[in-house]
Amino acid sequence: MSSDADPVLAVDDLRKRYGDTVALDGVDLAVADGEFVAVVGPSGCGKSTLLRVLSGLEAEFAGRVAVDGADVREGGSDAVGMVFQEPRLLDWADVRENVAVGLPADVDPDTPAARERVDDLIETVGLDGFAGSRPDELSGGMAQRVSLARGLAYDPAVLLLDEPFSALDRLTKADQQDHLLDVWDARGTTVVLVTHDVEEAVYLADRVVVLGGQPGRVASVVDVEIDRPRERADPDLVALRREVTDALGR
Amino acid sequence: MAADTRRESGVSRDSDSGRGSTAGGSAGGAESRSLGPVPLPAASRFRPLLGLLVPAALVVVWHLVVATGIIAAYQLPTPLRVAETLYGMAATGELWGHVAITVQRVVLGAGLGIVVGTVFGTATGLSRTASDLLDPLLQSLKNIPSLAWVPLFLLWFGIGESAKVLLIAVGAFFPVYLNLSTGIAAVDEELLEVAEVYDLGRVESLRRVVFPAALPDLLVGIRGGVGLAWMFVVAAELIAASQGIGFLLSDGRTLARPDIIVGSILLFAFLGNCSDVAVREVRDRVVGR
Repeated sequence: MSSDADPVLAVDDLRKRYGDTVALDGVDLAVADGEFVAVVGPSGCGKSTLLRVLSGLEAEFAGRVAVDGADVREGGSDAVGMVFQEPRLLDWADVRENVAVGLPADVDPDTPAARERVDDLIETVGLDGFAGSRPDELSGGMAQRVSLARGLAYDPAVLLLDEPFSALDRLTKADQQDHLLDVWDARGTTVVLVTHDVEEAVYLADRVVVLGGQPGRVASVVDVEIDRPRERADPDLVALRREVTDALGR
Repeated sequence: MAADTRRESGVSRDSDSGRGSTAGGSAGGAESRSLGPVPLPAASRFRPLLGLLVPAALVVVWHLVVATGIIAAYQLPTPLRVAETLYGMAATGELWGHVAITVQRVVLGAGLGIVVGTVFGTATGLSRTASDLLDPLLQSLKNIPSLAWVPLFLLWFGIGESAKVLLIAVGAFFPVYLNLSTGIAAVDEELLEVAEVYDLGRVESLRRVVFPAALPDLLVGIRGGVGLAWMFVVAAELIAASQGIGFLLSDGRTLARPDIIVGSILLFAFLGNCSDVAVREVRDRVVGR
């Protein structure tokens, strides 16, 4: 473990290749407890690959990736929850059952305590009254919030979000972002958000990690030291947005 | 199936707080389960009856061609004659014995075929090795016509009930096996990743993700299997039976009684339809759409 801050998530010299294609080439990243980190980069830079490695979906890689000090290949990924780009809900199950999928393995979903936990989360993501609805009765934004509740039910050390708002229209997206901030603020969950949206990254995160190049590596890190709640039009925020955009080489 | 949902949620993404545009249809489906069928508007209330129109006309034509002597009565009896024969056999009680034994064979055979098909379909759907081992064999066995099995089954199991039930089970097995195996193997990779990320474990991801996802395929297979069970029961009863509707058929031929033959065919049609409607009803209830 690295010294002073004891990062919840530690990535050292991560290299990942698919056949002959190198997706990530020496990525270093440390995320502190309770921190909100955004990872931005052009498409194809390996953003999603990074999340797949962190969540334990990719077992083959070089370097070291640890969550709470445990390698993701040896149980470290158990402490990671993931909100995918698509809601990925079970369409035959209602909202309550979908959220319960995220409950940790040692929690029996049929106990009253577990039910209460699930219902609390449904309320947390603002879906009270929809516990019995099925995914095809929900809008895209609502379905994505079910997915978020499922991730929170897991009570992960790190919650990963893979472009969760990219398919939403502008207004819905802004609502969802603020909502995510509220949830993060209330629960103190460590969040790593992958996005291609610079505005979103700067508005939400404590720190923006810019992945660049092909193969992907960390091109630069931009700290966003602006108090919340933030104004989207805040000149400082706009300046940082430009800084990130420049780092992306645009 | 999962692809459908994604498409639907795509449609409804424009409004977040309001319900999606697809909500009406599926919500209606959910409600109708508790409230019973939604009353149809007056104009379309009789629409399902349209399907009876052509058969009714055919019966009239049937009657006319026989009554006017275009087709001789010894080749095709009038509808009324068939009804009389069936009624007569029902009144003496003879008919019920035949119907009961045929239904019993179909139920036992289809049940056995469905159970074994489910076991094999699950195994090959889940395990690549099981699929490589068994699937080529089963894929080629499914092409053997039902009648071809009959002599072999008679040789092996005699002319008793077990030969017939097993033959029907063979028929019911294949659609169940094929559909379930494909269905399980085709469960959305994205959902399996969800199960993996949230550490559902082997048993729980089967129970909560894989089986529910493959359930519609299983039900399609069961529907096909029950249909084939009726085909195979005829094969079994035509050749080696002293009771059953298939026996009635061949008995009608021996006795030169076309009314019995046509009556038996109509019985098969009726019972086959009843079982199909029943399976479809179960499917609609379980899958909920």
